[in-house]
Amino acid sequence: MSCTVSMTVNGKTVSREVEERTLLVAFLREHLGLTGTHVGCDTSQCGACVVHVDGRSVKSCTTLAVQANGADVTTIEGLAASDGTLHPMQAAFREHHGLQCGFCTPGMVMSAVDLVRENPSPTEADIREGLEGNICRCTGYHNIVKAVKAGAEAMAGARATPVAAE
Amino acid sequence: MANPNGIGASVRRREDQRFLTGRGNYTDDFKRLNMTHAVHVRSPYAHARILGIDFTDAAAMPGVVAVLTGADMEADKVGSLPCGWQIHSKDGSPMKEPPHYPLARDRVRYVGDAVAVVIAETREQARDAAEMVVVDYEELPAVGSSTRAVAGGAPLVHDDAPDNVCYDWHLGDKAATDAAFANAAHVAKIDLVNQRLVPNAMEPRAAMGEYEQSNGEYTLTTTSQNPHVTRLLMGAFVLGIPEHKLRVVAPDVGGGFGSKIFHYGEEAVVTWAARKVGRPVKWTADRSESFLTDAHGRDHVSHAELAMDADGNFLALRVSTLANLGAYLSTFAPSIPTYLYATLLAGQYKTPAIYAEVKAVFTNTAPVDAYRGAGRPEACYLIERIVDVAAGVVGMDKTEIRRRNFVPKEAMPYQTPVALQYDTGDFAKNLDIALPLVDYPGFQQRRAESKARGKLRGIGFATYIEACGIAPSNVAGALGARAGLYECAEVRFHPTGSVTVFTGAHSHGQGHETTFAQIVAERFGIPIENVEIVHGDTNKIPFGMGTYGSRSLAVGGSALVKAMDKVERKAKKIAAHMLEAAETDIEVKEGRFTVAGTDKSLGIGDIALQAYVPHNFPLDELEPGLDEQAFYDPKNFTYPNGCHVCELEIDPDTGVTTIVSFAAVDDFGNVINPLIVEGQVHGGLVQGIGQALYENCVYDEESGQLVTGSYMDYCMPRADDVPSFTVRYHEDQPCTHNPLGVKGCGEAGTIGAAAAVINAVVDALSDYGITHMDMPATPEKVWRVIRDATPAMAAE
Repeated sequence: MSCTVSMTVNGKTVSREVEERTLLVAFLREHLGLTGTHVGCDTSQCGACVVHVDGRSVKSCTTLAVQANGADVTTIEGLAASDGTLHPMQAAFREHHGLQCGFCTPGMVMSAVDLVRENPSPTEADIREGLEGNICRCTGYHNIVKAVKAGAEAMAGARATPVAAE
Repeated sequence: MANPNGIGASVRRREDQRFLTGRGNYTDDFKRLNMTHAVHVRSPYAHARILGIDFTDAAAMPGVVAVLTGADMEADKVGSLPCGWQIHSKDGSPMKEPPHYPLARDRVRYVGDAVAVVIAETREQARDAAEMVVVDYEELPAVGSSTRAVAGGAPLVHDDAPDNVCYDWHLGDKAATDAAFANAAHVAKIDLVNQRLVPNAMEPRAAMGEYEQSNGEYTLTTTSQNPHVTRLLMGAFVLGIPEHKLRVVAPDVGGGFGSKIFHYGEEAVVTWAARKVGRPVKWTADRSESFLTDAHGRDHVSHAELAMDADGNFLALRVSTLANLGAYLSTFAPSIPTYLYATLLAGQYKTPAIYAEVKAVFTNTAPVDAYRGAGRPEACYLIERIVDVAAGVVGMDKTEIRRRNFVPKEAMPYQTPVALQYDTGDFAKNLDIALPLVDYPGFQQRRAESKARGKLRGIGFATYIEACGIAPSNVAGALGARAGLYECAEVRFHPTGSVTVFTGAHSHGQGHETTFAQIVAERFGIPIENVEIVHGDTNKIPFGMGTYGSRSLAVGGSALVKAMDKVERKAKKIAAHMLEAAETDIEVKEGRFTVAGTDKSLGIGDIALQAYVPHNFPLDELEPGLDEQAFYDPKNFTYPNGCHVCELEIDPDTGVTTIVSFAAVDDFGNVINPLIVEGQVHGGLVQGIGQALYENCVYDEESGQLVTGSYMDYCMPRADDVPSFTVRYHEDQPCTHNPLGVKGCGEAGTIGAAAAVINAVVDALSDYGITHMDMPATPEKVWRVIRDATPAMAAE
């Protein structure tokens, strides 16, 4: 059985006819060609598939596409500015070498952005606990933690700048 | 440093832009016109006879294109997956090498063994149909562990491997070792298990096969660390496709850690099936399949004895190891518990006599092969555990007994009694750097403070040395390797002075696109932006051996230097012609060619242009162009070494272990990019800590069922399980036999960490009379040890 699913993905309205059982991650990868979101496990453990649905981080491997019907979805492809400028969290991951093979990275960055949204100045312990749902096999987390801390500071700076200019 | 992006600079990685923006190209990201999807039907039994396969219903399911079995492969004369290393037993007989077909033919030998493949329009349709394939199995008794495999009367995994033994091998001087034990004042003994692990690269394995009917060319896109090796093995031995008609591409690969070195059956299946169905075929493992079918690591059961004199000097080491190879021989499996394990049993110590016996057996479990460190973590763990036990036997401080037995720097190059010759290393220096980092003198006070809070504090040391950069080809060949172990590089200057480098090394997280470019930028004095690194495509690069055993820089980097040498030699001749000077008068520095004592000079860009527009060029003497290729075959292994120190606290009420601090001091020789090197160490440490505290691949001994088949059951270290690290390295002891002086850093963290952690756990539990605990030291296991020991303590 198929159904029509419509949502906004990275600012663009999309609509596709899909099987009802289609997962959000399959919708993004197979139907929209947005292959930045990855599948690393089948048990909602690894977090490689994290995207934002209406601003909150969600594991897209455990969400049906129909559940996101009408939602505003952001994937890793939609995080940077339209001119290509990296989001402060992306830039921090690069600066602090918070990625190696890159496979867990999209989910890790999307989780980190949501973590900082909830807690704008996280401690190391907050970051480690907050990323508990994302597995990285390469980095040993050391540089991811540094990157998220720096990314949080940069995001706070970005928010503060217009105020300071007034 | 002249070049801001040259050797020694922490250049930010160039590959990050695509990974951070979702533009990486991993195998499962590829789509082709008319592409189909493959799903394998896998055995639910560890050991069974296949009586029949009925896929009538499956073939009729929506979207199904084909259902293929081992019989179809047999009819097409598809061969067995070859093994790349042959070991001979003590008695000179070759190892048992049973066939390993991509799709099983008459018997399945482990849970997950593939028996059929369903190809359909979509992955979901293929999965639905795979569930409809009916396989009639006659279940057979299974062997779920190495100890069960060698127990009398155990079922046979292969009929032609009596007692389930693949080989019974040894290394070292037995007589000298026995003599040393006869005269020993003290003997330390230990029995230990180095448990089976699942490598768990975050990207599951995937493969896509394509066949072009018009010219008979096949393309395999696959998650591989070494595409040329896959092309050779699959083309020549399995499918019979000549190499010029087979292209293997390993695009962005999401981690490997050894598990993607090997040629797997699914690669052959999709390539073969692409021709059968006349359409591209893609297969991507789900995580459950990865757990079942990726080659696993470790799985040793060992007994070791260390003989000492009255002063704690090591006299001899005797080791007996039972190694589990799983159901079939994976590509390099036989070499791991032999030449990558027993040869490392000297460690950093001048133990004069060593004798090791290794019995490798078949079981009804997934194949076991190289996993990060591959034999060397097993060796390090055994040595460093028994050294701690030895310290207790002779009543010495754990750092002092190590220091007393270190091979001194002055003894380099040092010939060990187990075949290796270490070129450089200053082991005392590693320890000297490490001790202040962890405030060793203050440890007893910290321990007392912990005790006052009801906690148990321990400190653990591990020193390691590894043999990397495998290997001189002729040596490896003499030891049973069926491949060469060189590396290739091509340095292609373009007319306008930019450079493309083709390397046989493969990056799957290591950052070669950055480090290799740094080396080129430094050598020729050009901006790093003008250098592109190409890897992972057999149609683009010369024959390369790929990345494993921390060899990329030591071997691949050396090949790169050789190719740059050739470029520079030719450029010098061109410069001499252009500058109307004798070649001997040309001085070369960072890509600038100057007539000695004059201000006449040319940059490499000027020369490159002339090489391709040869209007003022020595055409009688030289060919146009500036494009050179080199192969480098190492003269020796490289020997990274270091000292790891772990301090931790155990909560006796819960058994939970918390690492308080972890310091790693390493000697990797010269370092190209410190940021990347430190990242490699961090990641390696967590894989070692994972083994020590969390990870354990468990099979049911009798049924051969995988008990830990998902992330719900197999405990992966997560961000909140591990600490931040103190990482130091020194560059005092560069490798003496490769042009960059580099040793390799990819596996070091994993090799040292597990021993350091368990030594610390045992230290923390020393008040309970504990001298050893097998990994992983889970809360339950630690809690039980404390509970069982407490009455004894109370009675004292």
